[in-house]
Amino acid sequence: MKKQLVIRNESFSFLLERKTLLTTTILAILTFAAFVVSIGTGEMYISPINVIKTLFGAGEKQYELVIETFRLPRILVALLIGAALSVSGSILQGIIRNPLASPDIVGITHGASVAAVGLLTLFPTVSVFWLPPVTLIGAGVVAAIIYLLAWKDGVTPIRLVLIGVGIKEVMAAITSLLVVTSPIYLTPKVQIWITGTVYGSNWENVSVLLPWVILMLILTMMYGRTVNVLQLGDDIAAGVGSPVSRHRLILLFFSVALAGAAIAIGGAISFVGLLGPHIARKLVGPSFGGLLPVSAMVGALIVMLSDLIGRTAFSPLDLPVGIFTSAIGAPFFIYLLFKNRNQ
Amino acid sequence: MVALETQNLTLTYGESLIIDQLNLQIPKGKITVLIGSNGCGKSTLLRSMARLLKPKEGNILLDGQAIATTPTKEIAKRLAILPQSPTAPEGLTVQQLVKQGRYPHQNWLKQWTTEDEAMVNEALESTGMTELKDRAVDSLSGGQRQRAWIAMTLAQGTETILLDEPTTYLDMTHQVEVLDILFELNQTQKRTIIMVLHDLNLACRYADHIVALKDKTVYAQGHPTETITPDTVRAVFSMDAEIIPDPIYGTPMCIPYSRGRIGRKGGTQPHAHHVAISTAVGQFA
Ligand SMILES: Nc1ncnc2c1ncn2[C@@H]1O[C@H](COP(=O)(O)OP(=O)(O)OP(=O)(O)O)[C@@H](O)[C@H]1O
Ligand SMILES: [Mg+2]
Repeated sequence: MKKQLVIRNESFSFLLERKTLLTTTILAILTFAAFVVSIGTGEMYISPINVIKTLFGAGEKQYELVIETFRLPRILVALLIGAALSVSGSILQGIIRNPLASPDIVGITHGASVAAVGLLTLFPTVSVFWLPPVTLIGAGVVAAIIYLLAWKDGVTPIRLVLIGVGIKEVMAAITSLLVVTSPIYLTPKVQIWITGTVYGSNWENVSVLLPWVILMLILTMMYGRTVNVLQLGDDIAAGVGSPVSRHRLILLFFSVALAGAAIAIGGAISFVGLLGPHIARKLVGPSFGGLLPVSAMVGALIVMLSDLIGRTAFSPLDLPVGIFTSAIGAPFFIYLLFKNRNQ
Repeated sequence: MVALETQNLTLTYGESLIIDQLNLQIPKGKITVLIGSNGCGKSTLLRSMARLLKPKEGNILLDGQAIATTPTKEIAKRLAILPQSPTAPEGLTVQQLVKQGRYPHQNWLKQWTTEDEAMVNEALESTGMTELKDRAVDSLSGGQRQRAWIAMTLAQGTETILLDEPTTYLDMTHQVEVLDILFELNQTQKRTIIMVLHDLNLACRYADHIVALKDKTVYAQGHPTETITPDTVRAVFSMDAEIIPDPIYGTPMCIPYSRGRIGRKGGTQPHAHHVAISTAVGQFA
């Protein structure tokens, strides 16, 4: 059998790797299975059959309440956040050409944190309604600062990383300062935000996150072939006709828009943006057309499963999802550093 | 006919001047080889001719049209460049790499037209990479890897191709193999090839036109037999050498003098004789 599948007519044409298609299908099934199991698991167990029935509007009333009011929005938010963070990391790793890049390592997450923690501690009376937009703006402003500081006749990947890591430290210091100087009664709330949680997610969150993430994913998909040439280096990319600086800026914007939105709703959930793309690349290689959907699903799975563990394993305690993503992510990051130490 | 032309081209890195007021014409449909000592600015000049480096002053014309005012995608359809030692991300297959050469001809909906497929297959074929197309680039030998990159450059389907040291890190067999591929392309498809080479003997064998750089400008240029003389070699590489005709092809062959192995069988005291010997160069002109 041929390794590739060609889809071609007058208006469009694509070359798909069969292996990637297979992996994508399997992951889609896994993600759906995890979704159903996750919805069914909790204080009240609901069997997968009943979950699916209820999702399609044919379930019993008692299930409907639990699923539609409490579990479904939370799980959808977990799924969307996971996908957004992971794709954000994939874009960054592609345009910065460094497998260690991710929104929480180059400072974007920390910029968002300063904004959010600043709002929570300095203006504790302001409605939480403002938390997501302020956080998103924080991510954007910090990304812009990093970009401008790294600018010198264009932006090279290495300067972006170095400046990003520097800014990240500054942002982390400001966040600590804000936490330490704030009234003690605010600390737990802030700490939970910094760890990252999808507890208490509601339909409003879903209705904001869903269209935004889908839009950004589509736009990113359209620029997939540009990520592919940027991965080969600036000279190659420019040589084949990509306006490198402009394309890098556009893709950086998508990355920040995805990570910023995820953090705005879920807090500073860490390591998903590193772990997701990495696993995805191991599965389907670095070609972005396949990498994007796969890393989205891997990220969705990581956050969804981490949240499932968080809310069930230590019941009645409902632990923030970020604890579990860090628990898997931190050792993995050390492993990556170790593996890349000679480069 | 001129493929590429520089007019009063001045190139700098920050404050340091690399190329000064250069006027150079690269013939169309020919193989041109840039030579010069390490750090003399060959890569810099090549990159600027491919619009990867903005000139401080002056113009570069591609087929008579200023590249500074031509859309980058348009240039990419007419000129391809393979820079010095590029790297591919881990796990990228040869075919995926070669496909990237089609970038200027694609858009987000049309990523694998029949033309794309034909060009990629042809590029794989002419570089002998068809068998290896599903292998990861990082799992290949240096020679195979270089051929994969050349295939990508060819898939771009441009009339002019610039290559920066396409034979570095390759053993003798693979050097000749790569140059033969380029020669073949030039002969059969009349593509203009401009490359940097360090091996003077191979440069002379394959080039129609040699450009020797020195002191921020061109020291000598022209057909290898006229250009590669002991004087040029001495001036450009600060080295005494003897130039004799290549026993197979008759093109100039450069034998450098050195301190090594004096007194071995047939070895002579370099400076005592080299003036007399170098006049023998006329024999093949
Ligand atoms: N990015 C850069 N920034 C500053 N200076 C540079 C840069 N790249 C090259 N140079 C300097 O410009 C000069 C010309 O470099 P270039 O790479 O063009 O030389 P080259 O002739 O290709 O040498 P080689 O044969 O070693 O490849 C050198 O002195 C080099 O140190
Ligand atoms: Mg060079």
